[in-house]
Amino acid sequence: MATKKPITLSINGSEKSYEVEPRLLLVHLLRDVAGLTGTHIGCDTSICGACTVMLNGNAVKSCTVLAVQADGGEVLTIEGLARGVKLHPIQEAFWECHGLQCGFCTPGMILSAHQLLQRNPKPTETEIRHAIDGNLCRCTGYQHIVDAVQQAAKQMRPKTKSVRRKA
Amino acid sequence: MPVSKLVGAKVKRREDPSLIRGVGEYVDDVKLPGILHAAILRSPHAHAKINRIAVGAARQLAGVVAVYTGAELKNRIGTLPTTADNPTLRIPDHRALAVDKTCYVGEPVAAVVAEDRYTARDGVDLIEVDYEPLPAVTDPEKALTAASPVIHAQWPDNLAFRWQQERGNVAGAFKQADKIVKQRLVHQRLAPIAMETRGVLANYSDTQGLCVWTSTQIPHLVKGHLANLLKLPETRVRVIAPEVGGGFGSKLNVYAEEPLLAFLALELKRPVKWIEERRENIQATIHGRGQVGEVEAAVKKDGRVLALRYNVIADIGAYHQLFTPAIPPFTGLMLSGCYKIPAIGIAVRAAFTNKMSTDAYRGAGRPEATYVIERLMDRVARELKLDPVKVRQRNFPKPAEFPFKTATGLVYDSGNYELALSKALKLVGYDKLRAEQKRARGKGRYLGIGVSTYVEICAMGPGFWEYGKVDVKADGKVKVYSGASPHGQGQKTSFAQIVADQLGVDFDDVEVLHGDTGTVAKGMGTFGSRATAVGGIAIYHAAEEVKKKAQELAAQLLEAATEDVVFSDDKFIVKGVPRKGMTIQQIARQAAAANLASEISADSTFEPSNFTFPFGTHICVVEIEPETGQIEIKKYLAVDDCGKVINPLLADGQVQGGIAQGLGQALYEAVVYDDNGQLTTGSLMDYAVPRAADLPRFQLAHTETPTPVNPLGIKGIGEAGTIGSTPAVVSAVIDALAPLGVSHLDMPLTPQKIWRACQASTAAKKRVRK
Ligand code: FES
Ligand code: FES
Repeated sequence: MATKKPITLSINGSEKSYEVEPRLLLVHLLRDVAGLTGTHIGCDTSICGACTVMLNGNAVKSCTVLAVQADGGEVLTIEGLARGVKLHPIQEAFWECHGLQCGFCTPGMILSAHQLLQRNPKPTETEIRHAIDGNLCRCTGYQHIVDAVQQAAKQMRPKTKSVRRKA
Repeated sequence: MPVSKLVGAKVKRREDPSLIRGVGEYVDDVKLPGILHAAILRSPHAHAKINRIAVGAARQLAGVVAVYTGAELKNRIGTLPTTADNPTLRIPDHRALAVDKTCYVGEPVAAVVAEDRYTARDGVDLIEVDYEPLPAVTDPEKALTAASPVIHAQWPDNLAFRWQQERGNVAGAFKQADKIVKQRLVHQRLAPIAMETRGVLANYSDTQGLCVWTSTQIPHLVKGHLANLLKLPETRVRVIAPEVGGGFGSKLNVYAEEPLLAFLALELKRPVKWIEERRENIQATIHGRGQVGEVEAAVKKDGRVLALRYNVIADIGAYHQLFTPAIPPFTGLMLSGCYKIPAIGIAVRAAFTNKMSTDAYRGAGRPEATYVIERLMDRVARELKLDPVKVRQRNFPKPAEFPFKTATGLVYDSGNYELALSKALKLVGYDKLRAEQKRARGKGRYLGIGVSTYVEICAMGPGFWEYGKVDVKADGKVKVYSGASPHGQGQKTSFAQIVADQLGVDFDDVEVLHGDTGTVAKGMGTFGSRATAVGGIAIYHAAEEVKKKAQELAAQLLEAATEDVVFSDDKFIVKGVPRKGMTIQQIARQAAAANLASEISADSTFEPSNFTFPFGTHICVVEIEPETGQIEIKKYLAVDDCGKVINPLLADGQVQGGIAQGLGQALYEAVVYDDNGQLTTGSLMDYAVPRAADLPRFQLAHTETPTPVNPLGIKGIGEAGTIGSTPAVVSAVIDALAPLGVSHLDMPLTPQKIWRACQASTAAKKRVRK
């Protein structure tokens, strides 16, 4: 076997060091080594998006990234999105809008939505559909997912004037 | 009928918090100490003799624990099961690992077990197999000809089984007809593509016996079969379906890998896990559909159908899986659709081909039947120059005619097909749309409207029962156990709604457990839209039984006669003394304190006396760009009737997901093998699953015609979307292309296919002009 390489990365805010085979995929590091199984594997071809995580602020398919490539980087997985017991507004919206059925695509879907809303806080339905086009869902027909992202966008936007006046 | 508070309400799912946090546990997430990993070597040939397998190098690789071939397992694992109630059925030996011949690309040949996943895969690469390729056959029609290669030597005609029936005077009707309308139809093979691939983790200990985690829809059935295949007493086997990432019928099976992994765990005395790769999933998880048929109708000038004849060949692949032989006859039985057709003759021939098996995929048999009858209705309309809606209306049975007996021998429980259709026409603005289409055509635009009216068969019964148990604990917690093993349908929520309403307890006090043969005494599983319509009823009956027991206990506690205690407004009260009342939770507590009962518990098994038949109308509007063959879906409307709805949020979710899959069949999806039996759509790069940007926003509406076959009036909704949508979309496309003289195209209606049709027609026109 190839010699192992030391790597250090931050996962969900905490610093971790590992010795890994150079061919180890980031998704396997996260799931099998770090024990964070919320990131799923749905394909062998970087098509399904179930393995989507944030790496240095960008949504990436972690089945296409080698763990050694992530050395020194910052990873955010689905487990790091909620603040303790408080769900992230996108998670809250997925729950509210029935944006999941079997839940397998959900972590990747939520992180892709997260990326979209960081870049575009007020996406149209078409923009949402394009943003999650790299994430397959076989259960929902996407409609409730789109609704969830729309609702999350609303929740996450700074509050409107009328609300501020009240305060 | 119960007084509802929660039933019928949009209750948020209790399944969700763990799934959206990423802490839900699917098979691959289960951790056990000392776990080993298995990888499987699969046949690269569609048809080949295995002369020799060299496993020495693999065995010597550091980290590899064991390597097994088919020859070594032959006498140690039984042959894989199938349903066998057809006297013509031929069942080839279907082994966990191929022994001396492989019959499809992806057939398991050897297994490597290693300390980690990567090493197991390395081990697979080191195995050398001496294959002797044989001629293959992939076309089911060719497979049944004398010139075809033979797949199983004992049956040189490749015929897997036959099924036929004829009721009513078919020949007579064809003589009386004003017109005979014919159409050949191909239902391409589809891959179910649950987003979670299959996976199995097996563990054995002398004290606990065998425990198998598997991504399945049917843990109890798998348990029975595993015991059988490995010759273990059933009491020594436990099967757990943890979170299951979608099934759509593909996990309604007993697959080679399940006994294989169980065997490995028994043999190696360590937990062994195998997680299917997507490539393996498309090769070796069942496919759906795969039928080629010719339908013929005898019709009157006004559009009434007097008789049907359907000759169909089913492409079943190289072996039977669990329900393979049941699906094509299902198509035959559902052929009447939502119409009153006095005479129907069906002949099914099933062909062995060098491919993976076909089996139950979402709708299983009904999408095929619905596509046949709906496309036929359109052809009838076109040939008689009638509106497709008129033709449908003319053939509907009236609401008063239910229960309605079809010429295929089914009894439709209840229905009002006209109502669902007229609601859909109104919502979509059908007359306006037709007018707009006329204008568009005048301007050279290709607008098409497709209407499909469907009926679907759900809640399989008789013969298919489901188990439920309700248990009110002394501390007031209510535990519900179900043998239905849902995988995304949300029954932890909907069952809790039913029980909370029945017992008058708080929704949050009810916990629903399923998917583990160790905690649920028995069960069948979730398939055929039966979880709520059969499983939910079992639970409802168990809750009623619990109430009876509570009433007796209340009588003792309240010192009254049992018949004087009644359940009213969530409390058991003594008639005439409404002040003196107790909730069921108080009864459980006090009964335990008084040492009368430690809990109030009852179970029930429900076997429906008949199927249920949900129905509806789907309408699709498309516009086609003839220069590119692109289809734009301008509108999609579904009116579904699934009887009573427990949770509209969940029902809508099922319909939307279903439509996406049906639309996928119409426009994108196809499992394609080349003539040599190589799978050319072996990954998600070439097998096109609909994506968010491909789909429109679906408009949903409902009518409600409860079924009389169960006390809650529930019919089931899981497959309706898939069944209704495929013909609606195809009809819309064909309708759009009608001005070009196109009367039929086979699915999937890819842009290329449409572009070719447009080109051919333009070319034809040019030729005529010359
Ligand atoms: S698993 Fe990474 S994209 Fe499918
Ligand atoms: S919820 Fe099942 S794949 Fe998306």
